[in-house]
Amino acid sequence: MLGNSVLSTLGRVLGAVFIGLVLTGTALAQQPLKIGFGMSLTGPLAGNGKAALIAMEIWRDDVNAKGGILGRKVEFVYYDDQTSPATVPSIYTKLLDVDKVDLVVSGYGTNVIAPAMPIIMQRNLTFMTLFGLNVNSKFSYDRYFQIMPAGPQPAIGWSQGFFDAAMGMNPKPKTIALVGADAEYPAMALEGAREHAKKTGLKIVYDKTYPPNTVDYSPIVRAIQATNPEVVFVASYPPDSAGMVRAANEVGLKTRMFGGGLVGPQFAALKTQLGPLLNGVVNYEFYVPDVSSRFPFLEQFLAKYQARAVVEKVDPLGFYLPPYAYAMMQVLDQAITATKGLDQAKLAEYMHKNTFDTYVGKVGFAKNGEWAAPRVMMTQYHGITGNDVEQFKKPGRLTVLSPKEYKTGDLKAPYHENKK
Amino acid sequence: MSNRIFALVALAVALALAAVTQLIPNEYFFSAAYTVLLFVILATAWNILGGYTGYVNFGSAAFFAIGAYTTVFFYNAFKAPLAVGIVAGTLVAGLAGLGLGYLTLRLRGVFFAIASLALAVVLYIFIVNWDYVGGARGAYVLQPKEIPFGLPRYIHLIYAVQLVMAAFALVVARAIEHSTLGRGLAAIRDDELAAECSGVPTLRLKIFSTMVSCALMGMAGTTFPYYLSYIEPSSAFSLSYTVNSIAMPLIGGMMSWMGPLIGAVLLGTVQQVVQVTVSSAWNLLIVGVLLVLFVTLAPNGIMGWVDAWRRRRGR
Amino acid sequence: MEVSWALLANAVIAGLLLGGFYAAMSVGISISFGMLDVVNIAHPAFIILGSYIAYIVNDRFGLDPIVVSVVVSPLFFVLGAVLYRVYYYCFERRGQESLRGLAFFFGILFITEVALVLIFGVDYRMVSSRYGDVTWRLGEVGFPMRLVVPFLVAMVMVIGLQLFLTRTFFGRAVLAVAQDQLALRLMGVNPVRVKELAFAISIATAGIAGAFLIVIQPVQPAIGREFIGLVFAVCVLGGMGSILGTLLGAFVLGLAESFTSTFFGPSWAPAVSFGLLLATLAFRPSGILGR
Repeated sequence: MLGNSVLSTLGRVLGAVFIGLVLTGTALAQQPLKIGFGMSLTGPLAGNGKAALIAMEIWRDDVNAKGGILGRKVEFVYYDDQTSPATVPSIYTKLLDVDKVDLVVSGYGTNVIAPAMPIIMQRNLTFMTLFGLNVNSKFSYDRYFQIMPAGPQPAIGWSQGFFDAAMGMNPKPKTIALVGADAEYPAMALEGAREHAKKTGLKIVYDKTYPPNTVDYSPIVRAIQATNPEVVFVASYPPDSAGMVRAANEVGLKTRMFGGGLVGPQFAALKTQLGPLLNGVVNYEFYVPDVSSRFPFLEQFLAKYQARAVVEKVDPLGFYLPPYAYAMMQVLDQAITATKGLDQAKLAEYMHKNTFDTYVGKVGFAKNGEWAAPRVMMTQYHGITGNDVEQFKKPGRLTVLSPKEYKTGDLKAPYHENKK
Repeated sequence: MSNRIFALVALAVALALAAVTQLIPNEYFFSAAYTVLLFVILATAWNILGGYTGYVNFGSAAFFAIGAYTTVFFYNAFKAPLAVGIVAGTLVAGLAGLGLGYLTLRLRGVFFAIASLALAVVLYIFIVNWDYVGGARGAYVLQPKEIPFGLPRYIHLIYAVQLVMAAFALVVARAIEHSTLGRGLAAIRDDELAAECSGVPTLRLKIFSTMVSCALMGMAGTTFPYYLSYIEPSSAFSLSYTVNSIAMPLIGGMMSWMGPLIGAVLLGTVQQVVQVTVSSAWNLLIVGVLLVLFVTLAPNGIMGWVDAWRRRRGR
Repeated sequence: MEVSWALLANAVIAGLLLGGFYAAMSVGISISFGMLDVVNIAHPAFIILGSYIAYIVNDRFGLDPIVVSVVVSPLFFVLGAVLYRVYYYCFERRGQESLRGLAFFFGILFITEVALVLIFGVDYRMVSSRYGDVTWRLGEVGFPMRLVVPFLVAMVMVIGLQLFLTRTFFGRAVLAVAQDQLALRLMGVNPVRVKELAFAISIATAGIAGAFLIVIQPVQPAIGREFIGLVFAVCVLGGMGSILGTLLGAFVLGLAESFTSTFFGPSWAPAVSFGLLLATLAFRPSGILGR
């Protein structure tokens, strides 16, 4: 009868709609969550870029093993940015317009973060970045976030621990020499150091930079010695870090405190290469085995990382970028889960208002996207014997001088009498 | 086709392309196309001195960087708009070329090549030490918020600008090629001594062609800081610009203005594709291998093949 | 800054030691460019190649890098001979050596660098030698062995080459080919063979210089380019085609860099070197001891 056939058609239509909705719903839920980024797989920072990628892939596998984020499996879409700014606009426009990724994060370093900013800002995206140096001071973007623990004023936060330890010496030092490479990071670090020198009343008796392809660092160290500084702050990249430390030993540099901003000794390559030459040097680290008890879970992450690192021939220790690369993805994971979606405005708001529990501890962001408080560890190397890497995997090869919550010992001055 | 007509045609084509491509919805195309156009200008510019005159310039990256950093300087000093930067960058690069040429073109070509290399290093150090344009830390050039001509995004604007500049470079190259100047340059390329003896003012011509070549290279660099919003010395002076500016005319053919265009479009596109597919270390290897292969086996490039093929067909 | 006698002395010593090393790097160019007119701008690539070979053997077997490089130098010799053959066949014979030859070597430089990156990655490599961290001190003046040993071996190599060129038959043939190829042919010597030999020697010196480099500083594939200018600067300064000129030019450059580093700031040192080059090219292109 008419009523029956209408009802049955209605029933069938409703049934079809219902099934359709369920299927679409599940289909959407099954759609992978694509995260896009450029990463330095070749070029000067490739060693770090590859290490960061490994950490991020470990995170992806961990998250997917637990069912993904909001039920969606995480997938990466990434391209090699060759550590060159010129490739970045093309990479990010491709990720967003062609590959249609759901979320983007940055590559490693200011060089590849800054060129992406205009694109990110135009589309009002939330942008988690990996170790850019004060990039947001130029753009003042409210959806920018940074996982490097330098604090809201990175230049200052970077060497805070160094100057705290320096002024803790008795008697207080009066003179300081500043030296660094002609490059982006050292320029920033030295700027911060100059600020600190002004604040602490230290007289700057040497303030020069050297070109990155310098062959011989002895003339530089000799020139520094000629000014008789009580403290020497060095900001350098790996090759010149090695050169400066070697030169300091060769020349027999006599000063009360030496080091501060050397990039390089955080990695296995330089730790093993320089070995005992590092003894007495004060330098920043982001993680050391001596504080492993303060960072639960980090040891097992590092075990996973170190297993892969050996195979893929990147830094076998993984104390520098990898924990932070992992942590930045954890922050995003928690933010997406809490806001139940990928609304960029809501994500940014959530990330500004909350602190996150990550493998590198509690992470909170300041208004400009940097860490709310600096947490760069200042350490002094000691007791290094020979050139094997295993000694660095265990505690005992350095003292953490700062910040207070991680301190394991005091500074041993002067530098030239404490080289063991 | 006279120069004026060619110029009009080139401009029309450039504007038409710019207009039509605005319809492409994704921004990636513009980003990639900008880079390819940049190489078109660089390759065409290099070829004026390299292919037409026979003098190798290893400092393309330096003149490119001069253009870029002049823009930065004017942006920092006067908040000058892009147009001012373009004109200024081109002029300054041209002057630098004039200086280099004046110092070294009296000597053999090889010394010019070495001097251009040395100039690149000196300039790099100079820029690294010059804090006003950012020095080693790099300089930020923020893209303006209002975009003229009602274009949706800034990248569309500088892409269109780059198109017009590329057309301009091609017009200049073609004009030189077909002029008395061009014949003089060709004479220098074939046998400088004979040319000098026949009354060709070799030094004056060489200096002029160096100036034009370097000015155009600088022009290519002027929009670069706006494209990236950030510029720092080691990427501005990147060897990739030097190598590509030599490889592209070599591959395309150095005898005419079409060669660098073909070489740049081909090689540039291949590099863009490789960048988002295969690992990019291979990208550089490809450029190097192609360079060596073409220079040994096909010295006249693709245009040379086309010419040979046409000649065979004509028979 | 107080300019003490010790500071001055150390600057001079460092400058001379560095100069010896620069001479070793540049003597090959002095031959290939100065005498044979072959603009081998890929020379630094072979230096880096030498560095990496020294690194591999030192890493695996712990042998001294400089010894390794000397042992391996015949390989470089052969490589140089082959390269010259290709260059001659494709360019010199056809009279197109200026532009295309340059581009050819540039391509070789590039390919070598990229290939090294693909194989070894971009991390800096260092060798461990027994004298690497030793410094002799004479009062306030220091003689770091990492500079002294390469300096001594470099001097042996350079002086040995000079003796070879002036005292032996083949050596004098090389000098002759630089002066007048036609005359040489008329005297029954095949200039191509002679040039091949000379070029092969120049590449062999590059290989050995590579070992010096990696003893003195860490090496990664891209640094070759940084030395192109320096190597040519040394040759032009000293005068092309003269080994002793190269030696002189190298010392001048080494001292200039050392003094600038010590007294004016290290960031200007390379500018000084290349400034010297540009000035030489502008005012006295034949160099100090040039023909």
